[in-house]
Amino acid sequence: MLPTSLGPWLDYTINGLVIGNIYALLAVGLALIFGVSHLINFAHGSVYMVGAYIGWLCVTQLALPLPVTFVVVAAGCGLLGVVIERVGLRPLREAPRIAPLLATIGLSVVMDQTAQLLFSPDPRAPPTQLPAWRIAVGGGSIGALDLLIAGVGVGSAALLYGFLRFTRLGWAVRATALDRDAARQCGVDVDKVNRTVFAIASALGGVSGLLVGMYYNTIDPNMGFQAGLKGIVAQLIGGVGNVPGAIAGSLLLGLIESYGIALFGTSYRNLFAFVALIVILVLRPNGLFARARRLPPEPLTGTFIAPSRPVVLPRWAVWGLAAAALALPLAVRQPYLLQTLGNAWLFALLALSLTLVAGTVGQVSLGHAGLLAIGAYASALLTLDAGVPVLLAVPLAGLVAATLGTALVYPAFRLRGHYVSIATLAVGEIVTLVILNWESLTRGPIGVTGIPPLAVAGTPLVSGQWVYWVPLVVLLALAAVQSRLLDSHLGRTLRAIREDDIAARSYGVELDRYKALAFAVAGFVAGIGGALMAHFYSYINHETFPAPVSMLALTMVILGGLGNVAGAVLGAAVLVGLPELFRAAAEYRMLIYGIVLLLLIRFRPQGLLGTV
Amino acid sequence: MTSQPGKPLLEVAGLTRRFGGLTAVNGLDLTVGEGELVSVIGPNGAGKTTLFNLIAGLDAPDAGAVAFDGRDVSGLPAERLAALGLARTFQHGRVFGNLSVLDNVLVGAHTRLRAVRPRPRLPLLGPLAELALALVRPAPVRAEEERLRAEALEIVALFGERLTPRLDQPAHSLSYANRRRLEIARALALRPRLLLLDEPTAGMNPTETAEMLAIIRSLKGRGLTILLIEHKLDLVMQLSDRVVVMDHGARIAEGLPAAVAADPAVIEAYLGHKAVGGLAEPDGAEPDGAGQGGGNQHGERPVVARAAR
Ligand SMILES: Nc1ncnc2c1ncn2[C@@H]1O[C@H](COP(=O)(O)OP(=O)(O)OP(=O)(O)O)[C@@H](O)[C@H]1O
Ligand SMILES: [Mg+2]
Repeated sequence: MLPTSLGPWLDYTINGLVIGNIYALLAVGLALIFGVSHLINFAHGSVYMVGAYIGWLCVTQLALPLPVTFVVVAAGCGLLGVVIERVGLRPLREAPRIAPLLATIGLSVVMDQTAQLLFSPDPRAPPTQLPAWRIAVGGGSIGALDLLIAGVGVGSAALLYGFLRFTRLGWAVRATALDRDAARQCGVDVDKVNRTVFAIASALGGVSGLLVGMYYNTIDPNMGFQAGLKGIVAQLIGGVGNVPGAIAGSLLLGLIESYGIALFGTSYRNLFAFVALIVILVLRPNGLFARARRLPPEPLTGTFIAPSRPVVLPRWAVWGLAAAALALPLAVRQPYLLQTLGNAWLFALLALSLTLVAGTVGQVSLGHAGLLAIGAYASALLTLDAGVPVLLAVPLAGLVAATLGTALVYPAFRLRGHYVSIATLAVGEIVTLVILNWESLTRGPIGVTGIPPLAVAGTPLVSGQWVYWVPLVVLLALAAVQSRLLDSHLGRTLRAIREDDIAARSYGVELDRYKALAFAVAGFVAGIGGALMAHFYSYINHETFPAPVSMLALTMVILGGLGNVAGAVLGAAVLVGLPELFRAAAEYRMLIYGIVLLLLIRFRPQGLLGTV
Repeated sequence: MTSQPGKPLLEVAGLTRRFGGLTAVNGLDLTVGEGELVSVIGPNGAGKTTLFNLIAGLDAPDAGAVAFDGRDVSGLPAERLAALGLARTFQHGRVFGNLSVLDNVLVGAHTRLRAVRPRPRLPLLGPLAELALALVRPAPVRAEEERLRAEALEIVALFGERLTPRLDQPAHSLSYANRRRLEIARALALRPRLLLLDEPTAGMNPTETAEMLAIIRSLKGRGLTILLIEHKLDLVMQLSDRVVVMDHGARIAEGLPAAVAADPAVIEAYLGHKAVGGLAEPDGAEPDGAGQGGGNQHGERPVVARAAR
């Protein structure tokens, strides 16, 4: 459906620029924050969502006029930014570099879930207050809202420029961004700079949320996740920490998306953004506008992971616990309990997989649920469409997830620290979007139904005990394999990469090779987990393994202790099992995970059993 | 592997690296013969560490070439250079904090793993074979691991009782001086043909420095080729076969230790920079990292004058 006349293209261009403006409001804030604190703020999308809801409250509940609404949104979100900085991040300043990254993830979960509890997960439509006229421009048209958005975008940019250029505080912000330590030595109050930057960034983010709510005429508590990611993409296109670059990157991203939709249809929209992200990360990790060979923005030294002394479980205790777990169904007969624990063991496979890449190798993957999805779809489609017996399909699915997962993340292997998290997050989203769009293979949004259960000699293993035993046995076997692996030369090699990749390289460790090995093993384990889920659930679709599952897995891993095999199992048992057993209402569960994550990072970053 | 003494092992020609407007290494030439110990000295910010990074493949030069054992290795990544037998320590200490002392040393021996990393190195099969061998661990793999472990213990024993009692402790629990020792132990586990030491005694007190001097001397005695960056000129004078002096990225003098110390250009460079960090203070506060440029707060006396005495 290629439009041939010019008019629609003009509309797509206008649309792209408008969306680009909205992204720019987000990306500029992210760039400011990165500039002064070297942090990619994963909570930024949630602030944007809060902005949208404050706007909705102002308009519908308080019947405030639009200009006042803007002021209230900016002030409210600015305040929220200050609180995030003060409560969430400042206490972590001396912590290893992984901590603030995880904290912003935890904060984002807490904000999204709180909004969901307060406003229900359903979308809401903010009433529009703008006149409905549109100006016809050469076959296309521009509406009042388009002009408003453009005006807010340009106005904010001008204000920000003025602030950075002509005020003392703005000067301090620029000095801090140039060299934090030097600025501190020159008497710049770095805390104040941080606070200011968070306030400004969050105010802009909130306004962006308000505008987007008006533009699409719908808001929902989960709108921030995608938007935050888009802001990050836009910022990376322009070069992290580069404010004008962020604006240019945003406009470019808006246009890419708008033209992409014109050419391929709406459901591909996000795919373009994420593919663009991966391409940029791989080809120009410093952004499109960076001069060649700039210094890496991350310090070359400094620990990413906290020093720790892990709890070493004695051998007999491990065997004892395993035996007790295996014997449990003989003593406990409630099917509900067994099913819950069985589900916990399935998630433990995901945690086991994630603890290898995020913990042992230090590549904090935020798209790990994508591996579950690949395994689940592989096994389901192999059994249904290729007639492969279930018992064979499950290990094959593990291999598929290992291969595909490694291949998808491979381009990101050259990245370090926070960039890995962004890239894996994007890869996870790409997997979901491909599943959604590749209808001939995956059945698209309908999902896969009637997936056959696991069966041995024609007997389906569906009763309570089997739902418990099968995942447990698989888990124990794979945990044993992983422990043996960590005990070999690979264990110390992978951990050396985590501790200091530069030093590891200097001693002949080929980073790509070992990261690939770790991702392959992790993909296999998670793929098996996903396959088992598919056969137990009997129905899967693209939303069965959403992004929050990745966050849940990360919380499990941190709870147990990074890289810690026993810890991963413990983390899964605690986080999946306990809420269920205490019958905590399902809607509070993600909130609890977010709070657990934040508390852990603050008070016990090494987790219960310690980093291995 | 046997070559007659004096044959150049490392040849650096016209090496240049710029950071923005600053030329950290400027057309540098340097040769290190087999079995030789060459020291690189120069004021803070002279470009010594940058030179090491370029030689070791951690950074890429803007111009110039590096040859190792007669082979052009310019642009080879660090991991390949390690495999060729080049080991280096880091000025600020980069041990693997959460790994035990023993594991740190064993990572140093990574390039020497043969049984578990079979050759030829096939692209996809190689890693998979390595994975399988690590899991199954047949007898040759176990034997190799045992052998390397035994050797690691021997290397650690070079440092007397400093590291041996702490073999199983995580490296982050070690004292600063012990971390420096561990770095050297890790480098020795590679069985290097060329060892680059970046300020091995930074942060050490006189006793510890003397101990380190004895260790470096014994390594030299075993025929190891060493390129040494050091601010403590007493040590440089005692150990070096040859000294290269750098300032502003360029080589300003080269020759026998005594000759270099008397060279007016060298004295001028040091006087111009007032002094060299870390040197004049026996308690050895660590010299400031890259980025602090030439100025420094330690040490009042011109070092060369002192060393020449
Ligand atoms: N990655 C980098 N980016 C920008 N400038 C750098 C970088 N690394 C080093 N420099 C600069 O290059 C110059 C040389 O630094 P280098 O660390 O090589 O000096 P050095 O001789 O090792 O000094 P020191 O005795 O203090 O260790 C310094 O001015 C430093 O600021
Ligand atoms: Mg140096």
